[in-house]
Amino acid sequence: MDAHVDNTTRNIVDTKPKVTARDVNVYYGEKHALKNVSIDVPERSVMAFIGPSGCGKSTFLRCINRMNDTIPICRVTGEIKVDDRDIHDPKLDVVQLRARIGMVFQKPNPFPKSIWDNVAYGPRLHGLATSKADLDAIVEDSLTKAGLWKEVKDRLQDSGTGLSGGQQQRLCIARAIAVDPEVILMDEPCSALDPIATAHIEELIDHLRSRFTIIIVTHSMQQASRVSQRTAFFHLGNLVEEGSTEQIFTNPHETRTQDYITGRFG
Amino acid sequence: MTDATMMDVAPTRRIDFDSAAAQNRVKARYRAEARFRAYGIAALVVTTLFLVMLLGDVLIKGLPAFWQHSLTLEVSVAAADVDPQGTGRPEVLRAGDYTAIVRRTLSDRFPEAKSRQDRKLLFGLLSSGATDVLRDRVVADPSLVGKTVRVPVLLSDDVDLYFKGASTKIVDRAGRGILTASAATGEITVSSTSNDFADELVAIKKSVKVRADAMSTEADRLAAVVHDMAADIETVEKSLAAARSSGDAAAVERAEKDVANRRTDLAAMQAKVTENRDAARELTRRFDDPKTPETLDASLPSLLVAMNGGLVKITRLGDVSFQGRVLLPLKSTADAAAGSWKLVTYQTPEANRRVTDQEIAWLEALRADGVVTNAFNTAFFTTGDSREAELAGIRGALVGTALTLLVTLAICLPLGVAAAIYLEEFAPKNRVTDLIEVNINNLAAVPSIVFGLLGLAVFLNFFDLPRSAPVVGGLVLALLVMPTIIIASRAALKAVPPSIKEAALGVGASHQQAIFHHVLPLALPGIMTGTIIGMAHALGETAPLLMIGMVAFIVDVPGSITEAATVLPVQIYLWSDLPEVAFQSKTAAAIIVLLGFLFVMNGTAIWLRKKFERRW
Repeated sequence: MDAHVDNTTRNIVDTKPKVTARDVNVYYGEKHALKNVSIDVPERSVMAFIGPSGCGKSTFLRCINRMNDTIPICRVTGEIKVDDRDIHDPKLDVVQLRARIGMVFQKPNPFPKSIWDNVAYGPRLHGLATSKADLDAIVEDSLTKAGLWKEVKDRLQDSGTGLSGGQQQRLCIARAIAVDPEVILMDEPCSALDPIATAHIEELIDHLRSRFTIIIVTHSMQQASRVSQRTAFFHLGNLVEEGSTEQIFTNPHETRTQDYITGRFG
Repeated sequence: MTDATMMDVAPTRRIDFDSAAAQNRVKARYRAEARFRAYGIAALVVTTLFLVMLLGDVLIKGLPAFWQHSLTLEVSVAAADVDPQGTGRPEVLRAGDYTAIVRRTLSDRFPEAKSRQDRKLLFGLLSSGATDVLRDRVVADPSLVGKTVRVPVLLSDDVDLYFKGASTKIVDRAGRGILTASAATGEITVSSTSNDFADELVAIKKSVKVRADAMSTEADRLAAVVHDMAADIETVEKSLAAARSSGDAAAVERAEKDVANRRTDLAAMQAKVTENRDAARELTRRFDDPKTPETLDASLPSLLVAMNGGLVKITRLGDVSFQGRVLLPLKSTADAAAGSWKLVTYQTPEANRRVTDQEIAWLEALRADGVVTNAFNTAFFTTGDSREAELAGIRGALVGTALTLLVTLAICLPLGVAAAIYLEEFAPKNRVTDLIEVNINNLAAVPSIVFGLLGLAVFLNFFDLPRSAPVVGGLVLALLVMPTIIIASRAALKAVPPSIKEAALGVGASHQQAIFHHVLPLALPGIMTGTIIGMAHALGETAPLLMIGMVAFIVDVPGSITEAATVLPVQIYLWSDLPEVAFQSKTAAAIIVLLGFLFVMNGTAIWLRKKFERRW
């Protein structure tokens, strides 16, 4: 137990943290899914969560935008702050929180509407633009940032579900960045994609880093090493080790991390 | 690793597909599959057969009801009948005596129908609503008074059925001899120079023989009964003798009474036997003598002779001559040459039809005049119910159904969908909601008559809503359909993948926004399908409506949801109960209309499902 606290205190980063978590515990009914996780996520960088299946990395990701609230049996304790603001503050509106913290899911899940509607939904909902022209500008900007504009600019009224898997996932990213969030949570965004589409997305993540704080959950060690600046390793609900990606992959402090990275388990 | 080495290592569990046992297993599997396929096809064939039989029966019975026969008559609208004062006011014109006008036209066509009975018969050809069209026209256009108008005059249901071929088959053949009639009207005697009627006479005599045989069989049966009765009397007499010898006065008296009663019965029975035997003997005698004229009665096919422009019904037939009654007067009593006259047979005996020979004679004469028209029965769709089959329509029932279903839809769609959304998306999952859920499912299985009783107790007796009204019918049906709609809507909501909702939540939509913006629109086709199927269910429902008084005989087309009305299935139920033959056809026609609506509704549901079906 003490070791984990040590871990986190040791790894406080120099830049101002965007997301800070302290002693976060998550219970699914009787199951203790996440144990005393404390971590700081630096601003404008990519942090990767790695670990074997069921280690709690996705659960923790979903704590950050309080997506776990939608699961009735789920209970979260501890403190998570985004920009020094407690996200469990009863005065804080969870819907506004989610608008500030975008999310990209494992399986591409565009709305079964037109590409334009998919991207424009969030801005319209939050009143970021009222006129059609403003919305058009946001849609173009978001799709350009997501690297999809060139491919779909002539068929914005086509259904979003008609795109290929990789395009759908980029559409979902465009939808997430259309509301200009501060943090983007990505839950294994490439697990349903082929290598070429994956490369596209990874390139995109690298671009987006300059503007957004990105937290990505991935099963692929290569992906983590390619796209992230910092990496956190989870195991059995514990945060085992967190550090710069280079350090984690070349010189991990913990043997469990070492074993996982070298493929001895998981 | 090669097969050879595998065999060496572990040969024990390897299946030998060439062995007889394995081949038998394969064959058995093939047989089982073929059998199963055969069962499936057989089930399908039987089902299709039943369906085709049902639909075919309904169509064959019902389709003729969509057409109706009427007379197109030239009637002169006399001012004396409709507007003696010449006011030209609609209410005066509406009260005019149009029946007299039409009847006069008909009397002019058949002047021979002078007796009260004949005239009653003649006017009976017309429907009691025969003059409706004429009245409407004259009221709409008062300038018609004093003019001759060509109008359709509705015929009675029996006449309509006659023209539809339901009554009797008519065959005729040309005569060979020269006919001489004794008179042009009334009871006449007609003789031929040839034995033209010998064949018919033989046929009649054959039927006489059949009756004779039947009577003698009956006589034999009765004779056997007489024999048994005589034996019984002997037994009783023996017990009487025994009683006498024992001196039991009471027993003697009882036995004597018994014997006397039995003797009376025996005598009556013996008389019956004799009667039957005599009748049989008489009939046989008639059969044996081919020349004796035969009297035709209503139980035999009717024979008629069409000669000299008239029609004579044969009452007593010989082989070269007959006595008959003139149904349509002959134009002359001159001799009718061979081939110029016809022997006509109405094959169904008069006793078995609803139109008499005289009526058929008139109707055929009218048909020959070319005034009988068969037109699409628009009145069936534009009038309400009636006691007269030819006037009865389904407009009232259709409007009643529409109003009732509107009330049902207005109540159960918003309530049902709202309940489904709340239960599926918002309600906490606990004991209370579990209980509600179980009870909704139970409600879907409650017999519909129970909802009718509930409606009677709550809406009529407690809330004092009007009886027989679509508003109550709609409320009851809404209760009936609500569980169906809730269950279908919940299933549709559940079928929307949660990833859609998560995506919406992820971009910062609230729970409610996510549901109303994304989940509900995607579930809507499913909800619509469920609703339409529920409404189709309500459309065909009868039992609960009987309980709230929608089973009344209502002529007027309802104008609002609080007026008395009936609905299509109840109308079918009411008509199916009526004895008139024409109503059977109306019943089937109404069923066709109901089925048509059901097909359209279910078709719409399928179309919606196909059109908006999505795959994720």
